[in-house]
Amino acid sequence: MTGLSTLAKTSDRAFPFAAELMGIVSIAALGVLGFLLFPDDLAFLTRLIGITLLVLSLDLVTGYCGVATLGHAALFGVSAYAVGNACIGGIREPILLLGVGIVAGTITGAISGALITRFRGLPQLVLSIAIGQLVAALANKLSSVTGGSDGLSGITPDPVLGLFRFDMYSRTAFVFSLVVLAVVFVLLLRFVRSPFGLLCRGIRDDDLRAQMIGAMVYPRLVIMYAVSGAVAGVGGALNAMTAGVVGLDSVSFERSAEVLVMLVLGGAGNLWGALFGSVVFQIFEHIVSATNPFHWMTLVGLLLIAIVLFAPRGLSHGVAVLWSKIFRRGGRA
Amino acid sequence: MTDLLALDKVSRAFGGLRVNENISFRLAPGDRVALIGPNGAGKTTLVNVISGGLPPTSGTLHLEGDDITRLGIPARVRRGLVRTFQVTRLFASLTAADNVALAIMQRKGLTRRFFSVATDMPDVRTEWEHLLGTLGIAHLARITVSQLAYGQQRLLELAIGLALNPKVLLLDEPAAGVPHDEAPKILEAIERLPADIAVLMIEHDMDLVFRFAKRVLVLANGRLIFEGTPQAVTADPDVRRAYLGSYADARRPA
Ligand SMILES: Nc1ncnc2c1ncn2[C@@H]1O[C@H](COP(=O)(O)OP(=O)(O)OP(=O)(O)O)[C@@H](O)[C@H]1O
Ligand SMILES: [Mg+2]
Repeated sequence: MTGLSTLAKTSDRAFPFAAELMGIVSIAALGVLGFLLFPDDLAFLTRLIGITLLVLSLDLVTGYCGVATLGHAALFGVSAYAVGNACIGGIREPILLLGVGIVAGTITGAISGALITRFRGLPQLVLSIAIGQLVAALANKLSSVTGGSDGLSGITPDPVLGLFRFDMYSRTAFVFSLVVLAVVFVLLLRFVRSPFGLLCRGIRDDDLRAQMIGAMVYPRLVIMYAVSGAVAGVGGALNAMTAGVVGLDSVSFERSAEVLVMLVLGGAGNLWGALFGSVVFQIFEHIVSATNPFHWMTLVGLLLIAIVLFAPRGLSHGVAVLWSKIFRRGGRA
Repeated sequence: MTDLLALDKVSRAFGGLRVNENISFRLAPGDRVALIGPNGAGKTTLVNVISGGLPPTSGTLHLEGDDITRLGIPARVRRGLVRTFQVTRLFASLTAADNVALAIMQRKGLTRRFFSVATDMPDVRTEWEHLLGTLGIAHLARITVSQLAYGQQRLLELAIGLALNPKVLLLDEPAAGVPHDEAPKILEAIERLPADIAVLMIEHDMDLVFRFAKRVLVLANGRLIFEGTPQAVTADPDVRRAYLGSYADARRPA
């Protein structure tokens, strides 16, 4: 159908791990590119990677299962707070802290998924907002564990693998985050092509039809939510470890809305779309907000309108269509 | 008990509208039964009640002797009670092959697998290739469902039903919307089913009914007014009256 999926299909046949390899190569390339573009702002790239994991996480439930949510930052934020507290409490080994984030995210994902996927359509959307707001309110109130509006600070993890200290230029943070992103992305590339992933796409297309082939829809959606929570948890953990602080912004409504915008921008229901949407949006935002601090929101708005008008199914689909057009023309000539 | 499916005094009402009333019948292994009746008689509603989409207002359903009246849809499907839809319901963004493959994988319990690639399963592939081939749509395997013609989607709907290895197969107007010259493929596919499964087919086309059915049920105004051979059905005065009524109704606005 799209250029992307035919590409993936042909490469499937050529080599069993072609898609996975393409994932690693792409992320490495993006990392190098980022390093060349923003050599003095690795902290920004590191933050970008954390958010990208949240966008990927959102894609699992929104893109692959059709769940409408505007409260996804809750999964990210709860994990970030859990990791922050664990680190302050004495668990300072980075890999272990990632594990803390994954567990916290999975539990938060399973609980909120169990509530949200009971409903459909607008009630579902409203419930997701309510859960997000509840978590944000709790983060504000429970200042003994979250630091309230001051944020949770003093998060100083040990060196990665006992070798690489988190330095003030964010070099370690950046490389560590990039490697984690590559691992998660490759695992997800495989996961979404599994029979389970295919069933989730079926449920998104037609819930009743999925039941009529014998599938229990609700438990599947809750499982997917838990997986999505785990991915968001990795993002939250990276964010807490590399920034050293966790603020209220990590559970905010704005965060939830922004990642949804990035996903739609890139193309929901496609991991590559989520990846590119997140990267393009955040780099655009970063550049524009630096060069034009007064009107950058206007420019971001204009970009979004342009994309919705010219590539309504997201950047990744638009690029795929363009690619196949050029490719076909080249083939004929 | 040799009955595969048994309905006892099944009724379903929507508010005051009694769409199915006191319906009792049995399906035995090997049955090929046609369910006919005028538009709005309650045929689709009956299939909804049997398949679990709608709870009956009263009455009981048994499958192979077990009470299934309170079972959910997936549980009934796993016991072999399978239906198709009158208005096609498919996974619109997946390919034709993936639609059938998903049904096969679900039946085999493979959809609990998280890290094996769905397209790498040779026996699933052999099976969907065979099914699509039987219905003459093998060449459409790689096409996304939303891009298929409606008649092709109808055949795919049937392919999904067959992929679930049904014991009881309920077909809601499988030939409606299928181009006339392709309709025989539906009968051929049904004829190739294992002899011991029961098929109940709702159908308006009497040619198809005569070729397919050994027994005919007639539903009119929510009641079963006739059960017998296809030869007897045309002669029955009640059936004639029910159909004449609807025929006259259909003519009236003109
Ligand atoms: N969910 C529902 N709520 C209210 N009324 C319904 C519902 N489903 C069906 N009905 C009504 O029940 C009656 C029977 O509908 P049904 O679809 O079962 O008829 P049918 O015999 O399948 O007709 P057709 O031959 O046109 O497919 C109709 O009057 C319909 O309006
Ligand atoms: Mg009907």
